[in-house]
Amino acid sequence: MKPLLDIDGLSKHFQLHEQQKLIPSCSAVKVTVYPGQLTALTGPTGSGKSSVLKCIFRTYLPSSGRILYCDQEGKVTDLAQASEYRILQLRRRDIGFVTQFLHCLPRKSALEITIEPLLARGVSLAEAQRRGRELLAQLRVPERLWAVPPATFSGGEKQRINLARGLIARPRLLLLDEPTSSLDPGTTENVAELIDTIKQEGVGILAIFHHPELVRRLADQTVRLQASSPGMPEPC
Amino acid sequence: MNHSYELPVDEVSYNFAFLDEFAKREIRRSILKAISIPGYQTPYASREMPMGRGFGTGGLQLTLSLLGAGDTLKVIDQGADDSVNAVNLRQFVELTCPGTSTTERAAEANIIQSRHRIPEDRLTANQILVLQVPTPDPLAIVEPSEARRKIMHGESDYASLLTKLYEDIVQFDEIAISNRYPTRLNGHYVIDSSPIPRFDVPKMHQSAALILLGAGRERKVYAVPPFTDAVPLAFEDVAFRTEAFLDHQGTRRHCDRCDSSTSYLDEIMHPDGSHHWQCSDTGYCNDRCARRDSAGSGAVRS
Amino acid sequence: MKKILEVRGLTKIHGPGCPLCSENTGPEAETNVCVSCGSVVAAQDVSLDLHQGEILGIVGESGSGKSTVVKTLFFDAEPSAGEARFFDGDQQLDLFSLNAARQRWLRNHRFGMVYQNPNLGLNFNVSAGGNIAERLLMSDVAHYGSIRQRARDLLTRTEVLGERMDESPRRFSGGMQQRVQIAKALATRPPLLLLDEVTTGLDLSVQARILDLILEIQHELNTAMIVVTHDLGVIRLLAGRTLVMKYGQVIESGLTDQVLEDPQHAYTQRLVASAL
Repeated sequence: MKPLLDIDGLSKHFQLHEQQKLIPSCSAVKVTVYPGQLTALTGPTGSGKSSVLKCIFRTYLPSSGRILYCDQEGKVTDLAQASEYRILQLRRRDIGFVTQFLHCLPRKSALEITIEPLLARGVSLAEAQRRGRELLAQLRVPERLWAVPPATFSGGEKQRINLARGLIARPRLLLLDEPTSSLDPGTTENVAELIDTIKQEGVGILAIFHHPELVRRLADQTVRLQASSPGMPEPC
Repeated sequence: MNHSYELPVDEVSYNFAFLDEFAKREIRRSILKAISIPGYQTPYASREMPMGRGFGTGGLQLTLSLLGAGDTLKVIDQGADDSVNAVNLRQFVELTCPGTSTTERAAEANIIQSRHRIPEDRLTANQILVLQVPTPDPLAIVEPSEARRKIMHGESDYASLLTKLYEDIVQFDEIAISNRYPTRLNGHYVIDSSPIPRFDVPKMHQSAALILLGAGRERKVYAVPPFTDAVPLAFEDVAFRTEAFLDHQGTRRHCDRCDSSTSYLDEIMHPDGSHHWQCSDTGYCNDRCARRDSAGSGAVRS
Repeated sequence: MKKILEVRGLTKIHGPGCPLCSENTGPEAETNVCVSCGSVVAAQDVSLDLHQGEILGIVGESGSGKSTVVKTLFFDAEPSAGEARFFDGDQQLDLFSLNAARQRWLRNHRFGMVYQNPNLGLNFNVSAGGNIAERLLMSDVAHYGSIRQRARDLLTRTEVLGERMDESPRRFSGGMQQRVQIAKALATRPPLLLLDEVTTGLDLSVQARILDLILEIQHELNTAMIVVTHDLGVIRLLAGRTLVMKYGQVIESGLTDQVLEDPQHAYTQRLVASAL
């Protein structure tokens, strides 16, 4: 099977001009993700797990290496080099990203935030709302919260909204950054089931999990990153 | 002007028509340019005249540059030949233009200088109408900078004028401009139609007579050449309207002297509070009265 | 997505200009003023692309040239060099080589501009509705009833009370004036909207509602916009892609979240660090 995502030699360091420092984040990362499978990124804090996800999403500009993504038509794009417009197109259509924290407008309701990706793909409002309600119920978000902006929600509630938004449009490639870190065991179980479902639907997932048992349960392969030694970035 | 006073023409050699020939030629050249570009405000070197700016010096200079021996002039002020401005201008021409004659009858004149009115009887191709204009630029009310107004005219950009009409309709339910109605010539330039009432604006459209408009203080001359389209600005659904002169029953008022029910009427108030309506164009009114009297006496004779 | 605007090498120099202007100014030289000839280089060699329905942010401090870019695109200022192509249907228009009348036509029909200072975008001598009417009249709509209806619709859409449409915007609050400006800019349904510091100086709550309105309009009408601001929050909320300008030059560009989370240029790093 052709990998959905094929990362090779990916390095990222930050050059801080003001402090005249070079901060290494991850180096020489090699990862593959296959459709319908979950690859888990593990490693100690500071090994650059989140940076890998952000480089894939272009929230970080990769310092070196290649990130080959194969789209529906079989066309391969190097996300490290692709144009901004190509990245935006893939973000809208192909690649979903669920971060640890929910960044959203404080003036929008939980339901509105959840269905944004569907509306961006041209799904009608009524249909988007129907699917949004269904998913929020599945993630055990209490119905009384749906019309409320998530600013006042608990950490777990916010995280579920975040997950709902990432999952609702069924991207081809899903990036998960500790999506269950602040969830109770019951909800974590829900999320695990949901991830399993979308895996079976063919979504390829690259995930960082807080709970080692989730890795054991959901991962088809595991990539362990080593902590970079500060001040010694890979040459690029 | 004092009638007993005569200009010492021979001693100080005032030229025919007061202005020297070079000055008149310069004005005529500007007039030709104005005719060539309908509605374009052509600059000319407006001279000091022996009367104040604002008393028709712009129109007068055009008239003087056009007059020649054998020409007949009529001067109108507020529709009448006997109001102060008209009398003064007429006498000035009589003094300075020997060999020309003046008249109060529009049909007899080949040059008509007017303030506020266009004669009721349709002018002919043998006549020239000279209108006195205080402010030649219709855009002056919406744009203070002349440099920018010139660009607006050049690009035929009259949206701000139309906006003024829009605001009028919003405020007054109709276009509230009573005179100097902005009028588009030949599909391009919009002109200030001088202080003529809306009633007279349609007379400019396809007029057989050449219409010249002169502004002495602003040093501009512009023209409505014969048989040129002159279309007052309006909206598709809010048409340009002339004064209707309807009484309370909705019937058209008529002149108390000559009984005309098609002319522009002045309301004349009397000290006792009563009022009557009368033609503003006195020449027209007098003609009608004279015709009626002669017809009446003729009937008696027969 | 279709490209609607392509700007290449846009330069605006106030003053005589000289061959040394480009090396004497910019972020390295840390000045806008050329020491050789005294000219002020307001914008130098700015290039950008804009696609249909996209919001592009231009961020920078005062004097960075960000406003100059949109002013030249709206023909408020003439560029000293450079090209801008506007793709309109099947047409491709070289903006700076068009004659004045064609430029005015584009301004009136195809572009919209919202200025920081409502004085520049609005005519305070006419009513709010009259301001919109003026723009419609510029684009050759001549039916009073439909002008009035459209003005009312637009003002309602931008949340200006219909009852106030016949008042002069002089009596409106700053936020309301911006709403009238936006309504006016949208009157001809332009495919390109230029927004120059539109929320600067407004109360935070008013800012938020104006920004929401801008986003809603983008979704509804698929209008492409260039948003000029010094406020990173505005950029984060509105723009998909961002240019960072300093001393007249573009020093960095990228996806907005990348520029904010992984800024490359020293100045951008400082800007982001001072904002967050």
